[in-house]
Amino acid sequence: MAAKQDFKRSFQRVNEIIEAHGRNPVELISILQEVQEEYRYLPEEILNYIATAMRISPSKVFGVATFYENFSLEPKGKYVVKVCDGTACHVRKSTALLNALKKKLELKEGQETTQDLMFTLETVSCFGACGLAPVMVINDEVYGKVTPEKAEKIIDEIIKEEGGRGNDQDH
Amino acid sequence: MKTLKINGREVTFSNEKNLLEVIRKAGIELPTFCYHSELSIYGACRMCLVEEKKKGLIAACAIPPREGMEIKTHTLKLQKQRKMTLELLLAEHERDCTACDKNGNCRLQELARNLGIEKVRFEKKDKKLPVDNSSCAILRDPNKCILCGDCVRMCEEVQGIGVIGFAYRGSNTVVTPAFNKRIREVDCVDCGQCAAVCPTGAIVVKSNIDKVWEAIYDDEKVVVAQLAPAVRVAFGEAFGLKAGTSTENLIIAALKTMGVDKVFDTCFAADLTVMEESKEFTQRFGKGERLPQFTSCCPAWVRFVELNYPSLIDNLSSCRSPQQMFGSFVKNYYARQLGLSREKVFVVSIMPCTAKKAEAAREEFITSGDPDVNAVITTQELIKMVKEAGIVFEDLKEEPFDMPFGFATGSGFIFGATGGVAEAVTRNLAEEVQKFKDVRGLDGIKEARLRKDNREIKVTVVHGLKNARDLLEKIKAGEVDYDLVEVMACPGGCVGGAGQPLPNNLIKRSQRARGLYDNDNRMQLVRARENPMVKLLYEKWLSTPCSEQSHRYLHTSYRPKRRIEGSDIRFSSEKGQMDIKVCIGTSCYLNGSYDIFKAVDKKIKENNLEDRVNLEATFCLENCNGSPCVEVNGKIVDKASKEKICRMIDELA
Ligand code: SF4
Ligand code: SF4
Ligand code: FES
Repeated sequence: MAAKQDFKRSFQRVNEIIEAHGRNPVELISILQEVQEEYRYLPEEILNYIATAMRISPSKVFGVATFYENFSLEPKGKYVVKVCDGTACHVRKSTALLNALKKKLELKEGQETTQDLMFTLETVSCFGACGLAPVMVINDEVYGKVTPEKAEKIIDEIIKEEGGRGNDQDH
Repeated sequence: MKTLKINGREVTFSNEKNLLEVIRKAGIELPTFCYHSELSIYGACRMCLVEEKKKGLIAACAIPPREGMEIKTHTLKLQKQRKMTLELLLAEHERDCTACDKNGNCRLQELARNLGIEKVRFEKKDKKLPVDNSSCAILRDPNKCILCGDCVRMCEEVQGIGVIGFAYRGSNTVVTPAFNKRIREVDCVDCGQCAAVCPTGAIVVKSNIDKVWEAIYDDEKVVVAQLAPAVRVAFGEAFGLKAGTSTENLIIAALKTMGVDKVFDTCFAADLTVMEESKEFTQRFGKGERLPQFTSCCPAWVRFVELNYPSLIDNLSSCRSPQQMFGSFVKNYYARQLGLSREKVFVVSIMPCTAKKAEAAREEFITSGDPDVNAVITTQELIKMVKEAGIVFEDLKEEPFDMPFGFATGSGFIFGATGGVAEAVTRNLAEEVQKFKDVRGLDGIKEARLRKDNREIKVTVVHGLKNARDLLEKIKAGEVDYDLVEVMACPGGCVGGAGQPLPNNLIKRSQRARGLYDNDNRMQLVRARENPMVKLLYEKWLSTPCSEQSHRYLHTSYRPKRRIEGSDIRFSSEKGQMDIKVCIGTSCYLNGSYDIFKAVDKKIKENNLEDRVNLEATFCLENCNGSPCVEVNGKIVDKASKEKICRMIDELA
């Protein structure tokens, strides 16, 4: 129930965002940024709606949305876990860390986001914090010298905070 | 006159828009992929690099010529550089040339040969992207794409649509419709112009050759061909004749040699179209209704209106295109004359056009599974068939069209060039024999006037859908006022259709058009209403123009079409008893459907109906003339208002 209302609210936010930018195609990138904050990703139908409302072609909007790394067209979890796989972190066993997280989050091969849309696991090539290798970032929080055990504990804490893993959520 | 030096020799220039044009005028061929004089400059392929004394390496397409420049076009360094660029392109490219439709016509192949590439030193990309086979008009194989962007710019700049665009970045960059959808699922109008500029086999015209061979070898079938005007003035280009040379009698001979039973002239059907369309115009003009009347001969334009300007659909002439009129009278009248059922007659159209392939597949033109036109092949496909059949072009002996549909007036010929349809209709409306040269030529927008019964008829002609879009916006804003509007999707009209031989540039297009006007000049009869064979068809079958009979067989209707598949906005997966879909497609959106959405949402919340009412937002219910539309439990409510929909909710609750 709650989720349903949120999506309607988000859709109304999309309209407010478009209006706030005066429907100016030049501001497409900022519009997409704000919309992504709303949904945590850019749903296809919303991009299509933006194209309609701004009278630009959907292929243009799609082009911009896929060009910038910060945009995601796949649903993202509430918590985005980024593991650094740059040289320094790699040497310090970031692969083991990554595998442990995959297992902990029950992610299958090629799957990035958990079924309950709680977590998304990604790799990046260097945060510029190589002194802390291996580095893991969850949303805006940076964790240094992370061992697999430490990572699991961090995840457990988040799950506890959220009141358990979501069997009660829509899939 | 300004001068610069190319390879040590002095060259003069005046207003050439870039160095490349100056170099080409000096008789030196520089390789290019991404440069087309009709499109904007992109400078991405780096093939046209030259050395300038002070500036070093520069892209000749992107730099204007300047006094005193000293250019070298073919130094050792440049040769190496170009080879390297080409090799990198080839590395990314599918290399199965013999099985490619573009084999022998491919720029990439040609340049690789010219630059002497013997082997590609780079690893081939192993990722294979899916081929898009969904469209009737074009076939897209992204594995052969070199990312020159020619198709993207053609579709956006000349056609004003932007169906395809660049997506992703770096080595993942592709040219694709939005959301990786297939062409058939988006707002492509099938004009094929993207295929006409694609230098490789990444976008090619969909071939129907096999279907035609099959019918020819089927003893049960009588194969009836129609030949469009623009084909005859371009066909010879493949055999060394100058563009514009009329070759219909050679084509007929070739078709007969292949085993086609009857060859008729689409120009005859064009005369018939003029009869219907001018009558229709007279009726509308008399009543002041549904003006301006838009021509409907170009299926790409018709689809463009259905997709983008639903409120102007009624302005389209209801006349079928000449191709479809032909299909209709052959299947519904001629077959009976032959004592055959319509399924036994196989109609093949030979067209300059890819959109005609999609037109023939429209459900309006199919009678219990049997289409009026069974197959459409382009000029290029015809050329291929002639070669496949082992026919020696030089040995062909001219043959005439078959009767009764083999005779046309001058009006029928000029249909193939921009302005031709408007001129033919205007000629037919005028009291005296009169030609309207103002609507000819390659200007983007042209005009003519005709005085009739003390009133003035204002005619305008545009070609290229971007020009059409600009015109429609002006018409909607009330800035301009016309009575008759001709639109052809392809620049130059059908002579520039995407199925024409390559190169298909401005020069060729105007030469082909000249060929058609030469034909017109040779004809004694220049007005459709003078065509004795057309008169005969009315006497025997149709009675009069726009009669009930001709409405049934020669006219059609149109409806709004959704621009993109999928993409409804759902807010939950639960099912209530009442389904409400608010349309937020362009028409409805512009007519305030978002406000309805908000009001309905509020209503639902206030009355605690979340469990009972399912609210969705959808893109175009294909009922745009009723916009804003809301679908309630599967039924569309026209001209919906907040109040109306809220009342319906109350009734349920
Ligand atoms: S066929 Fe025409 S409308 Fe379709 S993608 Fe190509 S250029 Fe655009
Ligand atoms: S202008 Fe002619 S060739 Fe081009 S799409 Fe229209 S009908 Fe076909
Ligand atoms: S936009 Fe086509 S029905 Fe709403």
